[in-house]
Formats: sequence, C-alpha cells, structure tokens
Amino acid sequence: MATSTTPVPVRQRLLPDWGMVARQRVYWTTVYQRTWKGSVITSFVVPLLYVVAMGVLLGGFVDRGGADLEGAPSYLAFVAPGLAAAHAMQIAAGETTWPVMGCLKWHRTYYAMVATPLAVPDVVTAHLAFAGCRIALTTGVFLLVMAPFGVFATVWGVLLAWPVLVLTGLAFCGLFFAYSATIRSESGFALIYRLLVIPLFLFSGAFFPISNLSPTLEAIARLTPLWHGVDLTRMLLLDTVRPGLALVHLTYLVVLAVGGWVLAVWRLDKRLEV
Amino acid sequence: MTSRPTSGVRSEPLPGGEEQAGSLIHARGLRKSYGDFEAVHGIDLDVQPGESFGFLGPNGAGKSSTMRMIAAVSPPSAGSLSILGLDPRTHGPQIRARLGVCPQEDTLDLELNIRDNLVVYASYFGIRKAEAGRRADELLDFVQLTDKAKAKVVDLSGGMKRRLTIARSLINDPDLLLLDEPTTGLDPQARHLLWDRLFRLKQQGKTLVVTTHYMDEAEQLCDRLVVMDGGDIVAQGSPLALIREHSTREVAELRFAVGEHAALAERVADLADRVEVLPDRLLLYTHDGEQTLARVHERGLQPVAVLVRRSTLEDVFLRLTGRTLVD
Repeated sequence: MATSTTPVPVRQRLLPDWGMVARQRVYWTTVYQRTWKGSVITSFVVPLLYVVAMGVLLGGFVDRGGADLEGAPSYLAFVAPGLAAAHAMQIAAGETTWPVMGCLKWHRTYYAMVATPLAVPDVVTAHLAFAGCRIALTTGVFLLVMAPFGVFATVWGVLLAWPVLVLTGLAFCGLFFAYSATIRSESGFALIYRLLVIPLFLFSGAFFPISNLSPTLEAIARLTPLWHGVDLTRMLLLDTVRPGLALVHLTYLVVLAVGGWVLAVWRLDKRLEV
Repeated sequence: MTSRPTSGVRSEPLPGGEEQAGSLIHARGLRKSYGDFEAVHGIDLDVQPGESFGFLGPNGAGKSSTMRMIAAVSPPSAGSLSILGLDPRTHGPQIRARLGVCPQEDTLDLELNIRDNLVVYASYFGIRKAEAGRRADELLDFVQLTDKAKAKVVDLSGGMKRRLTIARSLINDPDLLLLDEPTTGLDPQARHLLWDRLFRLKQQGKTLVVTTHYMDEAEQLCDRLVVMDGGDIVAQGSPLALIREHSTREVAELRFAVGEHAALAERVADLADRVEVLPDRLLLYTHDGEQTLARVHERGLQPVAVLVRRSTLEDVFLRLTGRTLVD
C-alpha cells in the first residue's frame, strides 16, 4: 500500500493535464450558451462606436493639425490598432475578475471542481482558455468591423495581428486571475479598474504616440504590457514592422502570459487549500 | 472487523504501524497545520469497506480538516495517509475519481438547472454525455427530485439542495462517499428524508464517512465513530460501546428553579457516578435512575420536574468534550 511520510506538504503539480482541461469543455460551453446573447450585440457595436468617434470624428481634427503619428497615414489608422489592443485588455479583465470571484465566493464552482479528478492547474488553464476564446472572438469581430474603414495595409498583417491581440489579452488574464483569487472582497476590483485598467487604456499609446509624454512617463509607458501589445498590433496592421522591436514585444507578452498563468495557479492553490 | 483499541485518549499508533489489509482509509500520525495553528494533532484511522464511519465533535475539533485530507484536496502536513490504497499527495486525481464528496457548504451551480448540474459534474469524471444523462435521471429519481429536473437551483429548498448535492456526489458511482455535516441547517422532515436516502446507500454496501455534531445523526448513520476534540481523537467505537464506556446506563434529569443548579449539585454529588450542571437542569449519571431519584427525594430536595432516560451519545459527547463540573 502506498503511503507517504514526508513531513512537508508536497506541492501539487504545476502543469495542467490536458485531458482534464478538455473535460471542462461541457461546463464552459454551458457558461457561454447562457451569456453569449448579452455579448454578441456589444461585440459589434462597441468597436464601431470607438472607431467612428475616435478614429473618424476626433481623427478629423487631429489630421488637420498635421500631427506626427509614428508614421501612420492618418489618425484613424493610428488609433484603430490601439483600440483593438486596449479592447483585448478590457475583455481580459472582464473574464478574469468578477467571474473568478464568482467561482470562489458565490457559486463555489472551483471548490466543486477540485473535489473531482480535476486539479488546480487544470481548472485555471480551462478558465484562461475560455477567456482566450472570448478575446479571440471579440477581437476578431473588432478587426472585421474596422476592415471597411480601409486602414489595414495587408491581409497578412491582419491575420498575424489577430493572435497578437489574443496574446495581449492573455498577458493580462493570468495576472487578473491571480489578483482575483487573492482578494476576499469585490471592492478590490474598483482598485485595479481605476488604478490599472483605465490608466493603461489611456496612456499606453493607444490614443497618442507615447513620445508626447514626459520622459519619465514615457519610460513607464514602455514598461506597461499594453504598450507592447498596442505597438506590435499597430506594426502588423500598418505594415511598419521593425523586427527587433517586434521580437521584444512578443517576448514580453509571452513571458507575462506564462508568468501570470503560473501566478494564477499558485494563488488559486493557496486559496483553495485553506 | 479487526480489533482496535476501544478507549484511549489519543490512540497510540498500532505496534509497528501495521496496515490493516483492505482499509479504504488508513492514517497514522496524520497532522494538518495552517501556519502556526495545528488543526489535526496526529490521528490514526482505519475505515473498512462497507463501513459507515463517523467523525463526531464540536466546531473546530478538526473534523473538516481531516475530511479535506481524506478528500485529497488538502495535503497532510505530516504523517501517513492512504485512501483506497493510494497516496493523496501523489495520486490525488486518481483518488478523487473514485470519491463522492458532499461538502459542508453547497457548491451547486446556481445558474444551471438541476439536471445540468449533474450532467456537467459528470463530465469532470470523463463520463460521456449519454451515460451522464442516464445516471442523472436515475439519481434524480433516487433523491426524489425528478419533477424538479428543469428547475433552477435557486428555487430549491435547503433540503432539496442537499439531496441534489448527494445525487451529484454519486454521479461517478464512488467507492467511498464523504459527507461533511450533511444535514446541518435542515428542518426535521428534510433531515429524516436525507437519512432515509443515506441509509439506503448504506444498505447497498456503500462506504460512508460522515462528520456531524448531531448525536442523533451519528446514532442513525454510523456503525463506528471517533469523537474528536481540539484536533485529537478522544474516543472511538460503536455508538453503543461508546455509551457503555463513557457514560452510565441511565440519566436522571432534575430541574430546579433557575440559578439553583450549581449549588444543589454539591448536595447530590455522591448519589451518582457523575453530575453534570446545565443552566436549566442537573444530569445525574447513574445505573438506576429511579433509585437515584428516590434518594434525591429522601434528602428533602423537590425538583420542579424530573426525567429518567437512557444514556445517549450526547452524554458521551458532553463528557468527552469537557463540560463536566463534578466527576
């Protein structure tokens, strides 16, 4: 008979069992089926409102001033990729803040899940995978809506920008998940929305070139994940790729996505053990 | 059933830590700590197939911590533990695949209907959709919720939710069913319905492990139980053996005017093996209640009300978890 006598608790495995992740398909499909109606209209309307208001109308003023837009042909072309990347971040926040707290506090779904053969890494991975799918769908629609405005330089650029947008979202998912699995009260969300999501949205180069910021703020902006996502998306959509910088962006986003995922597994493991 | 120490404060490990063949749960020196706080102080356990085993104890006794270790969700801090012959630290998913867990707090999905709760849960065990549906219908019938199959969980009463949770814990046809305070907070009717279902499972040969702080529940459901207090096992045995060992055959309950009980306890202390002072009455533990009562009257004491009854697990519990003033 197998027994253990180790005096210290052995850490459970960190890597997910992909078979176990796949078993949660039924659950997440059910979740999607009961929520998609609420999101499908806004998925089309929100990008349209942003592109028209910011790109077309505000852009009309900006272009008249002859601004330097990092080589973008028009303000519309400059702002559209930025909006798409910022939108990916917002969907990421939406999928990994309240829903995570719901699964812990209100429905206790995670507690039910880890009483079955599923383990914490499987549960986290499936939730992040679902968030990834939602981001893919929403940013896909965003790109479709922007297409008629004629800002995309090449089809290839669009096809590559799409996974980059998903990656940008995923870079935030793990971090938000870890945070949501740590805090006990939903008042913690007001904090990250006000101090993180909104400032990043406004100051990460989505709306204006960050060279307009003071040198200190510009340096800070270059460290934020959203700027890397915005800049890489813009390079691909406007065909202005600088390979070295693009590689830095990509590495940064991948490291953050993987790091956030590990952090999320660790935090949920801690939370569920108590 | 193998012989085991029937008494013993904090049972010592069996000589050589021998393992009893076929134990579904086998623990030696099992400990659980959270930071500086140790919730379980090194306990020994063996649960045999087909047995109905109970953890009895007040809140904070370490019952739930032990259950979570047995459920292979909380790794032991020290000691050895094997569930279904496997080590939960290395074979958690394999163990959990064969367990049915009915947690203390409901973890049902409030936004899914009753049947979908079962079908979705079945998928976590890798049970295919058609089979999951068949089992869900069968279990809804078993817990008498068939006519609620399409209802939302939020519309169920507390008792119905517990029954649904039990149905859900049976979806994988588990070898071992863990029930953490299955009837806490339910009204008497709902409790009896639930006990009836659990009794049927017991009849079918399922191994049940139950935690409770209700004595009547322990007497109803458990073949054998351990009493836990402050992280230790303070007694173990069948309900009857525990009563025989830790209490007397009968109890005479004397009710006097409020506030007099503590003073009067002194005057009857020699009439019983043990006297327990409760705010509203005195409990005299004795072999012959009527005789004790007669001698109380001989001393000129006139209780407002008297009752002679058999000892119950509650008496054992009160004694073991330490509320006796006169011993």
